[in-house]
Amino acid sequence: MITDRSLGRRVFIAGNFTFLFLISFLCLMPIMHILAISFSSGAAAAAGKVSLWPVDFTTAAYDNVFGKPEYLRAFWVSIQRVLLGTALSMALMIVTAYPLSKDPRQFRLRTFYAWVFVFTILFSGGLIPTYLTVKNLGMIDTLWALVLPTAIPVFNVILLLNFYRNLPKELEESSRIDGAGHFKTLWKIYVPLSLPALATTGLFTVVGHWNSWFDGMLYMNHTENYPLQTFLQTVIIKMDFRFIKAEQAELMVKLSDRTSRAAQIFVAAFPILIVYPFLQRFFIKGIVMGSVKE
Amino acid sequence: MRVYYSDIEILQPLSEQNFPLTARLQLNIEVNGMNGLTRIWKREWPLHFMLIPGLFLVLLFSYVPMAGIIMAFQKYVPNKGLFGSPFIGMKNFQLLIDYPDIGRIFFNTMFIAVMKIAAGLFVPITIAILLNELRREWIKRTFQTLVYLPHFMSWVLLSGILVDILSPSSGIFNQVLGWFGVKPIFFLGSNDWFPYVMVASDVWKEFGFGTIVYLAALTSINPSLYEAAAMDGAGRIKQTFYVTLPGMMPIIVLMLTLNIGNVLNAGFEQIFNLYSPPVYESADIIDTFVYRMGVQQAQFGFATAVGLLKSIVSFLFVSLSYVLAYRLANYRIF
Repeated sequence: MITDRSLGRRVFIAGNFTFLFLISFLCLMPIMHILAISFSSGAAAAAGKVSLWPVDFTTAAYDNVFGKPEYLRAFWVSIQRVLLGTALSMALMIVTAYPLSKDPRQFRLRTFYAWVFVFTILFSGGLIPTYLTVKNLGMIDTLWALVLPTAIPVFNVILLLNFYRNLPKELEESSRIDGAGHFKTLWKIYVPLSLPALATTGLFTVVGHWNSWFDGMLYMNHTENYPLQTFLQTVIIKMDFRFIKAEQAELMVKLSDRTSRAAQIFVAAFPILIVYPFLQRFFIKGIVMGSVKE
Repeated sequence: MRVYYSDIEILQPLSEQNFPLTARLQLNIEVNGMNGLTRIWKREWPLHFMLIPGLFLVLLFSYVPMAGIIMAFQKYVPNKGLFGSPFIGMKNFQLLIDYPDIGRIFFNTMFIAVMKIAAGLFVPITIAILLNELRREWIKRTFQTLVYLPHFMSWVLLSGILVDILSPSSGIFNQVLGWFGVKPIFFLGSNDWFPYVMVASDVWKEFGFGTIVYLAALTSINPSLYEAAAMDGAGRIKQTFYVTLPGMMPIIVLMLTLNIGNVLNAGFEQIFNLYSPPVYESADIIDTFVYRMGVQQAQFGFATAVGLLKSIVSFLFVSLSYVLAYRLANYRIF
């Protein structure tokens, strides 16, 4: 780097640093604001006195959230779908990407199969036909409706198959010489080698399932089956207050619907916020893996 | 391995005087007692087997719904099902063209989508270039970590936060505007502001992703190019335009072409959570319209017709974008 210590340059560096600092703060600020509201008293929040720090600190909003069986039930539904959905997706992804990564000379229908999968990301039947398909399969109001339709993430399969393609051919050849069939080769060689890629796609899948709310709204007719984000959608966006029981009315003195909503938002965001700093390395690596070609 | 001839066919009649003999032979190669197709099958069957679950799911949840497209040409009645509902040809599409707000809906969709694509290109590139000017690695990494965070929150959560922040009565944003003497604006309720709020909040959520990609591309530019440019008398600004941007061109072109397919995706998850009837005029996009017509008003045939139109146009754009990405940036999807 050529050093340039002119005044103009130093002003630029200082200004740049400040600007970028503000931008990164801007990304953090809304979450801090919601956190502050959730720990503030209802009166202070309603009066608009809260900015980035709680005013009249109280945990009433959180007591309310954890006391709501509907909230906890929705939380549990989300956990179930994350676990089942991710496990299914990962298994299917590995088993689908491996054959598709083979050369057409080794696997003669490979191009045909690849097109079958790729076509589904180019063109889709649309919302209504998909909904009716799920309905006719009897999956409405079941966990399967949240898990099965998106069980094959074709995009991730493509990512993984490119990764497998870039592994040296000698690996497969030597394993074949040693007498291993395709299953053994996949399980003993390809999977261990692709663990970082699998970890990254796994993380993205987990986040995707956790944040997914529309399918819950579409496929579930009963609110007991709503995953967390769908439940929040009804409470926060639609302002559906049917779930607040009469006994909880005295709590409303200490908390307003604003702090209650803020607490619910924060609890739903909390798992991601906690996990993110530790795993952000994977998330960031994952983008580069998928986009920048060597 | 056993090589043998089978099926000899004599092409000329045998006679003591006919030499040489012309015959057609079939060459067979047998390995382990199997030949040709059997051998290939024995080698390949695990691969076909592995694809079965994937194919089954994709068939069920992607291809079977495609057959449901026929509903676009029917007056679909749920009780009568696909085969019992009357066939009405292009009437649904006629209804679509005659629908009073349809022009507005398409305009909103493309207006918001194009703005998002443009901003989604411009903002991350600028930030990546600015970020690259910083010296210390840990600052760059912290910044990337922080700006990537909003991407992981769902639009349900972000909408809740946004509704709170932009509230005209108690929202912090209007409070801050109040310091500058600006009267409270009902951002989410005003047709003038709504599209821009959508674009701005979407950029806020997603620019981290682009920044990371462009920064990675930036760091791979050969430093000696900068030195050469400096020696030719280029200041930092000129260096940016003549070294940095051209160096990033491949990835920029790639990201742009991959995003062309999104020209009709104005962001259902975001808009659905933030819009309301007063702002339908500027907020209603194709997907929200399909949702209201199809799921809420149960006009299945009509909604499918709209969805089909969108799918076809999207298909054309996405295919175009993949072809372009291949031609311009040598990007192959599989």
